[in-house]
Formats: sequence, structure tokens, C-alpha cells
Amino acid sequence: MTRNAGGRVTLLRIEGLTRRFSGLVAVDGVDMVVEAGGVHAVIGPNGAGKTTLFNLVSGLVAPSSGRIVLEGVDIGGAPPERRAAAGLGRTFQNIRVFGGMTVLENVLTGLHVRLRAGFAGVLLRLPGFRAEERGAVARARAALEVVGLADVADRRAGSLSYGDQRRLEIARALAPEPRLLLLDEPAAGMNPAETEGLATLVRRLRQLGTTVLLVEHDMGFVMDISDRVTVLNFGRKIAEGTPVEVRQDPAVVEAYLGPKVAARLAAGAKAGVRGV
Amino acid sequence: MPVWLDDFLWTYQNLVHALGINGLLALSMYVVLAVGQLSLGQAAFMGLGAYSSALMTLQLKLPFVVVLPASVLVPVLFALAIGVPTLRLAGVYLAISTIGLGEVLRAVYLNVDYFGGALGLSGIPERGQTWMIYGLLFVAVLGLWLVGRSRIGRAMEAMREDETAAAVMGVPVRRYRMGALLASAALAGVAGCLSAHVSSFIGPNEYGFEPAVTILSYALLGGIGTPVAPVLGAWVLTLLPELLRGISDVRLVVNGVIIVLAVLFLPNGLLAVRMRRRAA
Repeated sequence: MTRNAGGRVTLLRIEGLTRRFSGLVAVDGVDMVVEAGGVHAVIGPNGAGKTTLFNLVSGLVAPSSGRIVLEGVDIGGAPPERRAAAGLGRTFQNIRVFGGMTVLENVLTGLHVRLRAGFAGVLLRLPGFRAEERGAVARARAALEVVGLADVADRRAGSLSYGDQRRLEIARALAPEPRLLLLDEPAAGMNPAETEGLATLVRRLRQLGTTVLLVEHDMGFVMDISDRVTVLNFGRKIAEGTPVEVRQDPAVVEAYLGPKVAARLAAGAKAGVRGV
Repeated sequence: MPVWLDDFLWTYQNLVHALGINGLLALSMYVVLAVGQLSLGQAAFMGLGAYSSALMTLQLKLPFVVVLPASVLVPVLFALAIGVPTLRLAGVYLAISTIGLGEVLRAVYLNVDYFGGALGLSGIPERGQTWMIYGLLFVAVLGLWLVGRSRIGRAMEAMREDETAAAVMGVPVRRYRMGALLASAALAGVAGCLSAHVSSFIGPNEYGFEPAVTILSYALLGGIGTPVAPVLGAWVLTLLPELLRGISDVRLVVNGVIIVLAVLFLPNGLLAVRMRRRAA
């Protein structure tokens, strides 16, 4: 466990992370630190490299260069399942619940990495296996409780509403108690009421001690729940800081609104007009 | 055993054996399909089990208690050799390479004298017993059922639905794919050994592409929601030709039509139930 200058615990450190897709540099030399116990958002215009960054961290895409260090261990070369064991959980921008399985079974699958039962225990239904399964079901139900899906535990996951499937993904990622939870556009496609529910949920996770790293387009949501915000544009980090700092950063305004509007806004701000 | 049952088993001995062996083959297909892979090498693995075990009996004069368990060795080694390069890749590579395996092996059986050439191997002592076939079938169904209702079964179904998401949940997908292929080769090998030792003759054309497709159709017709479903599919498709003997000219046509209808109207198979994936 390493502490940075401010005395906070560094959970994830990314150094010079780069990923090229034949010609296109999707993520370009990004340095970033995620501190333990907070909500850290990654924002940026479309194509800024946010999802690629997530895929690099969770191991679905291999880095061209750079390091990814989780709790002092370099996980940059490990396959996704080893990263899950190291304490990484994630959800997907395009929902990927196991639609044919029940809600509870989805969450139980999320607990795979925490279960140890081998063939002997499974085939002979040994007491250790039975106890582990009972414990797993209890943990899965607790995770469903957190996201408010306990009532539909035995429904087919594919039959849930869009917002509920997103919450199921969060429960599934949450159940093994990851050190770091990656949420990829959790509010995408949600209506305002669902987004508000999601914000409450993320705040609750934060209280429970889960560190959350999220990618999101909904600025109100991001500014509302984040402790720190990193802004990417064309694969590069262009700003980082608290939501208030980032909102006032001229480079961020320019990235989102283009140089002309940004210049006009800056002029307006001097004349007392409210910024972005 | 009552006389009538004894008579029945004697009269329909071949059919009774075929039902059990095809059930085992259907399970070998099920294991691969259960992790979302497609193999067309089940007949080839069966052939490897049949030839290797027949030679162990005929040439090495080994007793059947040794031959039967040893019949899994050769198919499992071939599955390992095929699996290592192809299972690293997603997609149809396993299907393609296993078709190749079947055809290459057929050419080898045909052209190498040690394997009896086109005449095959005959005079294999009939050491396989009905109770062995059905005992193994029962054990296999039960074992797959128990595994299905555990973290292993959940991981397998998750892989079938979405391999990427399963990997992110911590499922070592390559190891699972390989494990499933090896288990399926072992099951097919045992089925091959039993079939060789109840029919006394094996030939090179019994393990080619056509039987591979037939084995696949067992699982397609029955379904893969539970391990019972593919066995049911095998039984229907094994009994059907017998019941349709009167119209033997169009038997294969009827068979084909039934498979097409099943795929169109029963996409989850005859037995479209899904097993619970937890043991608590």
C-alpha cells in the first residue's frame, strides 16, 4: 500500500498508459492515480478513450505500453480473471447480464472468484461445499438488497427493465467486494428518476468503503457524486481535479464546446456571465 | 430377472446397447456445447476410444477392467493436441479443426494395416455389458447434474452467454473450455470402447463426418438445459429409425425433417427446462 503526497492511500496507479489501434492512439500516455475510498470519474467527449481506458484496466485490451498498478501489484499483463481475483470489478456500457440465468444466479456468478469448491466437494456434496454455497447465496442476496433487487432474485435476468439490469450488473460486480469498482456509463439510457436512484446507490457504495471509478456522460450526475474528475480528450489527459476545478478549467471547456464558444464564454465570464 | 425382460433384452440387445452408447455420446456433445463451443469431433474421439481399446484387447490381451478406463487416454491426448492451439481463439476454429481430425483419422484407419484397413478390426470379444453402459450413463448424468449445480455449472452457463463478462467475473475461460473438451473426449472414448466391445467389429467409416453430425443432432433435438435433455434427444433419434422401418426408403428424410422442425419450433430442445444453478 502506497501513500501519495497528500497522505491518502493510492489504490490504482496508471503510468504512461498507451494503447494504439493501428494508427489511432486511443489512450495516449495517461498518468492517473485513484485514491482509496472515493468516487473518481473519467469524463471526456465521445472517442476520448474512456472505455478503452476501462478495458485496459480490466484486462480486455492489452496495453501498447505503460503500467497499471493495483495496490502495489503490476496487473498490466494479467488476464481479466486474475484481475478479478486481485480485487477488480466492473460493469459494462452495453449491458452484459447473463439473460438466461436468474437474477440471483447472475450475482452468484459474480462471486465465482471468491468460491473455492473443487470437483470432489461438488460431486460428493461435501459439507464444506454446501456451507460455501449457503454463504454465497447469502452474500448474493445481500448485494441484491444493496441495489434494491432482492424482490426479483428468482426472475430471469433478461426479463428485467433496462435500469434494473444496470443495477443487477452493479450487484454482480459488487458481491465479491472488489477493492476497485469500475462503472462504465452507469447512467446511460436511464431516466432522471433512475439516475437519481443510481446516484444514491453510488453514494451508499462510497459509505460502505468501496472505491468507485466511473466513466459517465451525464455531467450533472458526475459533478454531483464525484470526489475527483479526470478529463480525457483524444486519448490524452487534459485536466484533473475536484468537480469545481475541472468545471472551470479552460482546456475542458474548449474540449467540450470547441475553441470559439470557449473563447466567447471566457469573455462572458469576465463580464459576469455564468460559465458552463 | 423375469423371463419376459430377459427375452426382450435378448431380442432388442443391439438397440438397447445403442440407446445407452448414444446417450453417452450425446452427453459428450453436451459438455462442449455447455461452455459455448462447437465440436464436430465427437465421432472421431469415439473412434479413437474404439480403436485404441480394441487394440488393447486384441493385441495387448489386457483385461476389460483395464481397457475400459484406459480407453479415455488416446481421445484425451488428441483433444489436448487439438485444444491447445484452437481454444485460444474464439469462434469456429474448434469445429473446423475437429472436422479435420475425423477425416484425417479415417484416412489413417483405412491405410494403415495395423488398424485393419478398410476391413476394420473384427473378432473383438464381447466384453461390454448392458449394465456397464447404463451404469456409466447414470453416473455421467448424475455427475454432470451435480457439477451443473455449483459454481462450475454457473461459470459454464455464463461463458455460453457472454464469455467476456464471464472472464471479468473471474472465470478462467480458457481452462474451462479445455476442461470441457477433455471431459467430452473422455466420454466419447468410453462410449467408443463399449460400442467396440458389444458389437465385435469396428470399421473406419463409423467415425467420420456423418456420425459427428448425428451426435450433434442428439443435443440439438434434446436441448442442453439439463444433462437429461441430450440423452432424451439421443433416444428419440435412435428409436425413430427403428419405428420407421416400414418406410425405410424415406427414413433419413423423415429424420432430417424432424431435426429441422425441432430447430425451428423447439429452439431450446424437446426438454426445454433449465436447471437451477445453485446448491443452497
